[in-house]
Amino acid sequence: MAAPADTRTRERVNAAVIGISTLAALAGLGMLVWILGDVALKGVRAINWDFFTALPAPPGEGGGGLANAIVGTLVLTVVAALLAVPFGVLAGTYLAEWGQAGRFGAAVRYVSDILVSAPSIVVGVFVYLVMVEPMGNFSGLSGAVALGIIMIPVVTRTTEEMLRLVPPEMREATLALGAPYWKMMLGVIYRAAAAGMLTGILLAVARVSGETAPLLFTSLNSPYWMESLNEPVANLTVTLFNYAMSPYDDWHAMAWGAAFLITAAVLALTVLSRMMLLKKTR
Amino acid sequence: MNPTVTDPLPETPRLESPAVEAAPTVKVADPKISVRGLNFYYGDKQALYDNSLDIARGKVTAFIGPSGCGKSTHIRTYNRMFDLYKGQRATGEIRMDDVNILSPQVPALHLRHRIGMIFQKPTPFPMSVFDNVAYGLRLRGRMPKSELEGRVEEALKGAALWEEVKDVLPQQGTQLSGGQQQRLCIARAIAVEPEVILMDEPCSALDPIATSKIEELIDGFKGRFTIVIVTHNMQQAARVSDYTAFFYLGKLIEFGETGALFTMPQNEQTEAYITGRFG
Repeated sequence: MAAPADTRTRERVNAAVIGISTLAALAGLGMLVWILGDVALKGVRAINWDFFTALPAPPGEGGGGLANAIVGTLVLTVVAALLAVPFGVLAGTYLAEWGQAGRFGAAVRYVSDILVSAPSIVVGVFVYLVMVEPMGNFSGLSGAVALGIIMIPVVTRTTEEMLRLVPPEMREATLALGAPYWKMMLGVIYRAAAAGMLTGILLAVARVSGETAPLLFTSLNSPYWMESLNEPVANLTVTLFNYAMSPYDDWHAMAWGAAFLITAAVLALTVLSRMMLLKKTR
Repeated sequence: MNPTVTDPLPETPRLESPAVEAAPTVKVADPKISVRGLNFYYGDKQALYDNSLDIARGKVTAFIGPSGCGKSTHIRTYNRMFDLYKGQRATGEIRMDDVNILSPQVPALHLRHRIGMIFQKPTPFPMSVFDNVAYGLRLRGRMPKSELEGRVEEALKGAALWEEVKDVLPQQGTQLSGGQQQRLCIARAIAVEPEVILMDEPCSALDPIATSKIEELIDGFKGRFTIVIVTHNMQQAARVSDYTAFFYLGKLIEFGETGALFTMPQNEQTEAYITGRFG
């Protein structure tokens, strides 16, 4: 039998570590609650019907809204996704199906992992150099391209991971029935990995919808409705940036509203994608 | 000209090398598949050494042997499953109805329309029960809905699953029990009326009741399909098969009628395995 003194020390250490871990978890959770709560409290005051329907008003006038910025962010995000998702899914498919062994696959994976953490401002400057300068003007299209570039490595890696989770027996069973490889991928393997792949896409979308730096060099901002993608397009994040830096109180209130909207949208997207994944694996 | 999968398999020349003429130890009248001098390699590592045997038409042939002896590797050459993996290759001749199915002139796709396969782990596709069974049928081209439904029902009845799923056809295949899932895979395989069905340890992951249901099915398939079953369960081999092949370390040690092989094995390694002295 162990001596009682040893057991007591062990129990005390155990309790101490549990206590410290719990405090750390509470601290982290507390930060999240503080941020969300602060943004919600300050932002909800600016949310009204006008916020979603009216164009920005000059400072001091009061009223007005961010309708063009909301539409602009939606458009930029959707176009970015349309550009990035096919690339990302196909790249992820390559890595999962043919890139498991061999140096090319390893290189692609390595570069992809680096790009996931590439500073978004660098992406913005890059797109400025390759699109904005040659085109001669800032444009929503280059903004969408910048956001798309940020999305691609995220979609690539999550697609690869989700496809690898599909058991090899499922591939063999499909091929054994006489299916050609592409039918196997589209009809069976993608379906099996669908929930996970969609989660990856939603998370990538959630990430870029909150990006500001890449848009500063590409899409800029605009106080008007969007007429074409070939001109600066209003968006929530740059608007938030501009309004927050301004000396006007009513613009500050608008900025809080924008922050609240972005936060709520990203939170909703993240929770939605988690729920989808849980539902599928049940 | 684009060959369709229902065309007969292309003509393939016979190999001239002497290894091809090495006959199996027991003569099988009217073989569906004839294997001569089959060698298989995983990269540089050889896994099968000069296998030669005949698979009898319309009968059940069992492959037995200890783990890693090559019986799964052997069976997977019949539908060229190894094509999927780089570095795996087979040499020798496997003739099905006088066509060398190892020849590159035979498209693997066409081959797999004639040879079905059931795996150790049941693999229902992520779709409804109906769509699972209909998958192979839809691969072969358009079919009127009524005909499709008829063939799905027929296949499910043939797999002794119809009564259990007829009211839940739209349910996801993955929600069935393990034994039901395996019978779903069998229904999926027989729906397309293959000539040969390969079974790689189909009951390993199932409980005894599910196992006996599947053994009943296999018995009922005799005459209709040619079946090759890999099993590590010798009693199962003795129960269901007409011919048995004993493999050890990649070599075919003995091949013969099941009754004879289990009661009077010619080879002492076979006898040692059957009596449980190793493996």
